[in-house]
Amino acid sequence: MDIFLQQLVNGLVLGSIYALVALGYTMVYGILELINFAHGEVVMIGAMVALSVIGALMGAAPDLPGVMVVLAGILVAIPACMALAFGIEKIAYRPLRRAPRLAPLITAIGVSIILQNLAMLIWGRQYISFPPLLPRASFEFFGAHITLLQIVIVALALTIMAGLWLLVEKTRLGRAMRATAQSREVAQLMGVNVDRVISATFIIGAAIAAIAGVMVSAYYGLAHYYMGFMLGLKAFSAAVLGGIGNLFGAMLGGLLLGVIEALGAGYIGDLTGGFLGSHYQDVFAFFVLIGVLVFRPSGLLGERVANRA
Amino acid sequence: MNRVLEPLRARPLLAFALLAALLAALPFLVGAGLGNSWVRVLDFALLYVLLAIGLNIVVGYAGLLDLGYIAFYALGAYLYAWLASPHFGLHLPFWAVLPIGAAFAGLFGVLLGAPTLRLRGDYLAIVTLGFGEIIRIFMNNLNAPFNLTNGPQGMNLIDPVKLGGLSFGKTLHFHGLTLPSTYLYYYLFLAFTLLAMFVALRLRDSRIGRAWAAIREDEIAAAAMGINTRDMKLLAFAMGATFGGLAGGLFAAFQGFISPESFTLWESILVLCMIVLGGMGNIPGVILGAVLLTVIPEALRYIGDLQRATLGHVVVDPSDLRMLLFGTALVAMMLFRPAGLLPSRQRKREFAAEDGVAAQEQSSLYDTKA
Repeated sequence: MDIFLQQLVNGLVLGSIYALVALGYTMVYGILELINFAHGEVVMIGAMVALSVIGALMGAAPDLPGVMVVLAGILVAIPACMALAFGIEKIAYRPLRRAPRLAPLITAIGVSIILQNLAMLIWGRQYISFPPLLPRASFEFFGAHITLLQIVIVALALTIMAGLWLLVEKTRLGRAMRATAQSREVAQLMGVNVDRVISATFIIGAAIAAIAGVMVSAYYGLAHYYMGFMLGLKAFSAAVLGGIGNLFGAMLGGLLLGVIEALGAGYIGDLTGGFLGSHYQDVFAFFVLIGVLVFRPSGLLGERVANRA
Repeated sequence: MNRVLEPLRARPLLAFALLAALLAALPFLVGAGLGNSWVRVLDFALLYVLLAIGLNIVVGYAGLLDLGYIAFYALGAYLYAWLASPHFGLHLPFWAVLPIGAAFAGLFGVLLGAPTLRLRGDYLAIVTLGFGEIIRIFMNNLNAPFNLTNGPQGMNLIDPVKLGGLSFGKTLHFHGLTLPSTYLYYYLFLAFTLLAMFVALRLRDSRIGRAWAAIREDEIAAAAMGINTRDMKLLAFAMGATFGGLAGGLFAAFQGFISPESFTLWESILVLCMIVLGGMGNIPGVILGAVLLTVIPEALRYIGDLQRATLGHVVVDPSDLRMLLFGTALVAMMLFRPAGLLPSRQRKREFAAEDGVAAQEQSSLYDTKA
């Protein structure tokens, strides 16, 4: 029982990070129908920038409390990622907006390769460890071990999701985003500056990605130039699982994928009589994804899109 | 350029003869000009051409976005290794293993396609991607409880291709002519590539190919015309998978060693880039894309020498810079030629069309939308 609870907690923490990254995928997809392959790399850059700032601050002002240092890292990483996403959209996606859909997909892949290798040149091939700045308090909860960091991650993720929901549902920009997602042409006719809305979408997604990047590196204690790839893949899967283009779908899909993965890793050995071990964790996630999509082809919360002629 | 091509167009036989002579002499020209390691690159380029032709059936002809195509390549390669290496002690001949491998991959294509082909567009993409990862992870871990794939170490000592008394793994001395193994494989791969090209071109113009084009352009209209869209899509999937399995078997025999590392998601993406970059649906374009994307990364290895020659020393490690330039090339080529380098005639028309028509065409299935 306590193993179950422990894995559930771990899964929820991982899942809320997936959900944050998935939001970026789903927002861009909702508006442009583009799989923004470079989004995972934006997460990675966020983590790397934050770690650089943290390292520099620890050298310059060793007396600063750890939480402040990490916060400063996040606060620098957010605008850095925003600028990056703005640039990516402007250079690699905007000129191809009228091109066939696979063309921007290829540039997205190209941008992803560029960012990965730039990061490798700048930060090196080795793993960068996250300095132990954050308080290591932890609690016992019905036999499960919960750290303060885990609680903060989940709480922060939920706050961001709520904030994003408010932004999309209650503000002028949010309304413009929803209108653009429904029909770019009609939104334009109604006086929406579509280009600006699309830029805003990328920027918001990148800001969330930066926070997710810091979270993931703080959680695992590591950052690496290649970390964005698998994370992006999982997050995109989560977005599809929930129903791509749907914000709640991305949140639900992320949390579900995290929990499934953690429980799968914890129990797969018992389930298969020791035949398959925990290194099949990723397989588990993908099997569930395929299974769900076979029975619900447009994801858990996706609208049933009528066959368009 | 036209002045050279014009007389050739008037004499197709001459053009054909010239092309055949060029293809036959290519390994010698490349070997003499650039060194024998480049003949190996040439062999890989042909393997990628085979893969790209196969994926083009799925993506370019039928309009189904497949991001896990390399899994079929892996299945073909592993089946070859199981049936022709010391791993299980089986050493079946090449002409028997290759078709079995292709059929094995094709069977998996049907197994994956049957439940998932009613998914649309990007949902299908993510499912195929997941399938590719599943296959790779299984290959990586199936060394226990029984050793099926030898895990991350991979399987080695795979039998080279043997035809009659001729082993492709050894240098052939023939009437004073010396043909190293890579040269022999070049001709073998060339033969398979030409065969694949022929099949792909004939398929495109056949009843099946026209059905695929109809599904790609408008699935509902195609169904209304009496096309069994499910069977046709399944056929495209199986056909593409078969090509992948065939290329995988050849790869295993050529390399003599396979490991899960050769079958990552990046490889799937690379093959997709090849066909989109070259010009989707158009066989010459697909071939050009495959050759370019195999050769460019290899050519970029010379950046180190270039730096030494111009700057006196190596400033940036060339292997670090290589992929960076590759990514830049991908973006730049797509920005300048969004329809690919050699688009098919139909696609070119769609691009030149007026806005309204163009917009409608862009929302069509050709671009594996929806």
